[in-house]
Parts: sequence; structure tokens; C-alpha cells
Amino acid sequence: MDGPDTSTGMNHADLRRGVGDVAPLLLGIVPFGLVAGVAAVEAGLDLSEAVAMSVLVFAGASQLAALELLGRDAPLSVVVVTAAVINLRMLMYSASIAPYFRALSGRWRAGLAYLLTDQAYALSVARFRREEPVDRRAYYLGVAGTMWVVWQVTTVAGVLLGTGVPDSWGLEFAVPLVFLALLVPAMEDRATTVAAVASGAIAVAGAGLPLNLGLLVGASAGILVGLGVERPGGVEDAD
Amino acid sequence: MPTSYGAPAILATIGVVAVLTYAIRVSFVAILGGAETMPPLLERALRFVPAAVLAALVVPAFVTVQPGTGGIAVDRLVAGALAVVVAWRTEDVLATMVAGMGTLWVVRLLL
Repeated sequence: MDGPDTSTGMNHADLRRGVGDVAPLLLGIVPFGLVAGVAAVEAGLDLSEAVAMSVLVFAGASQLAALELLGRDAPLSVVVVTAAVINLRMLMYSASIAPYFRALSGRWRAGLAYLLTDQAYALSVARFRREEPVDRRAYYLGVAGTMWVVWQVTTVAGVLLGTGVPDSWGLEFAVPLVFLALLVPAMEDRATTVAAVASGAIAVAGAGLPLNLGLLVGASAGILVGLGVERPGGVEDAD
Repeated sequence: MPTSYGAPAILATIGVVAVLTYAIRVSFVAILGGAETMPPLLERALRFVPAAVLAALVVPAFVTVQPGTGGIAVDRLVAGALAVVVAWRTEDVLATMVAGMGTLWVVRLLL
């Protein structure tokens, strides 16, 4: 039946709806996860370390950046700060989704937060904003739980793949390609596009900087340029 | 290129990144309360994080100055340029990867 399950209070229909809504996005997550596994091998991590990273961090872009910096023997402080800066965008998601989880217990909120990703945020908030009633926890778990399972499975598959594929295939090039596919939709208006262009140019110029700081310097400069370009007091031509 | 760091350093790094990432995720959901408590400047700056960070990751990978020769790595530049077009038209991870990797292999065969 589609009514709430009396043992957990979870609406199974909404859980399934979340799984169904995230399914088309998995086409993008599967290659991303495979690349994360391959990148872990390239950076010299073994299967258990790669799995530990995917389970504990569970944030693809920061994992790939951290692996690349580890592979270049960057200082660990630079690895950590870079990964954290990449994940700062989730501060936005956390703030934006928080009102919808207010009715839940602290324990549930702490658990659901662990599963917060770009996709879980985008789908859930879009669904919660509709007028129709929905079991938010069930829907969110359907989306975010599916993402989690697929991410772990594809990481392991990627590690096995990366171990078997010769270096001459240049699989490490798949990492920036994944980022590129994420970058294009992130350039949503003029200000974010200018921020991206400035950041990319400065990161190239700073590629030789000591401590592999080029990424951080480029990204920070891009954010500042974006803030400067955007008219103060209003968000220009954004929807 | 494999890292020269040992397992303890790698695991410690993973642990610290994990704690920081979870702190970011849980911040407003379980601790701070609601969106209205975020300072406006921080909110505006956060909007630029994805575009800025991703560009800083992507562009240097395509425009690689090869040490020694002083030139640009042509295979990566061509493959990157074609991938940009595909990413722009499709906004699809798989299509972008297929276009970029395929072009990289073709250019390497031709050169």
C-alpha cells in the first residue's frame, strides 16, 4: 500500500518517487563515480582508501580535486583547504533546505545532512516547493540514498577499471571532462560566466605557483571578480 | 602520478576533509536553523563558488604548458576545445567524456 508505513512512519510511494526522479541523473553519476575510482588508483590509493574517501567524504568534485593534488604531492593543508572550498557551495544548499526539515528530530536531520549533494538538493527543493503534500524525509531519502549507493558501487568499479587499464589511455583526462560538464550549467548568467573566465585564466597563469596553490588562487580571484561584476544590491539577469 | 604520501597521511587527509564537508552540510540543517541567518555577502559570494572552482579545475587541464618543450600540449587543447562545444550543446557528462576522450585518442594517433 502507498500509505505511511506504521513502523517507520515513512511514505513508501514518496520514497519510490524520489528514486524515480533521480534515475535519469544517474546517467551522469555513473561515469563520474567511475572516474573517481580511476583517479584514486592514479593517485596511488588502494581500494580500501578509495572506498573510505567515497563513503566518508561523498562529494565527487572535492574528491577528484583532492586526489589530483595528492597525486602531485601538494602539502596536505592545501589538499584539505581546496576540497573544503569546493564543498562550500553546500552551505547554500544546507541553508536553503533547512526550513523543510525543521519538523524532524535532530538525529534525523544530522543523518539526512550527510547525504546532501547537488542532485539531492536540487530535486528535493524543487519537489518541496510544490503545493502537493509529500513525505519530505521519504522523498529525500529516495533521491539521496540512491545517489549514495550508486556512488559507492561506481567508485569500486572505477578502482577495478583503473587498475586494469594501461596509463597510455590517458584516463586521467576524464577528470577535467567531468568538471567541464558541471561547469557549463554553473555559468548561468553574465556574472558567473565572468567569474569562471577570470578564475580559469588566473589558474592557468598560476599553474606554476608553489604548493599547487594555483587552483585556490584562481577560484578565490574568480569569486571576487564575480562579486565585483554583479551589480551591488541586486542579482542581474538571473532567474 | 601516484602520491608519495603514506597510508596514515592519506587516511588523515580523508578524515579531515570528511569532517569539514559534513560540518558544511549539517551547518544550517541541524545547527544554525534557517536561511535567514546567512550574511548577505556570504550568500552572494557562495553563488560564484561552483563556476569559479570548476573553471580553476578545468582550464589548466586543457591549457597545459609542457615542461621542457615550452609548448602547449596540443592533444589536450584540441580535445578540451571539442569537449567544450559538446558540453555547451548537451550539458551531458557522458557525451562530454566520450567527445573529449575520443578526440584525445584520435589526436594522439595522428600526431
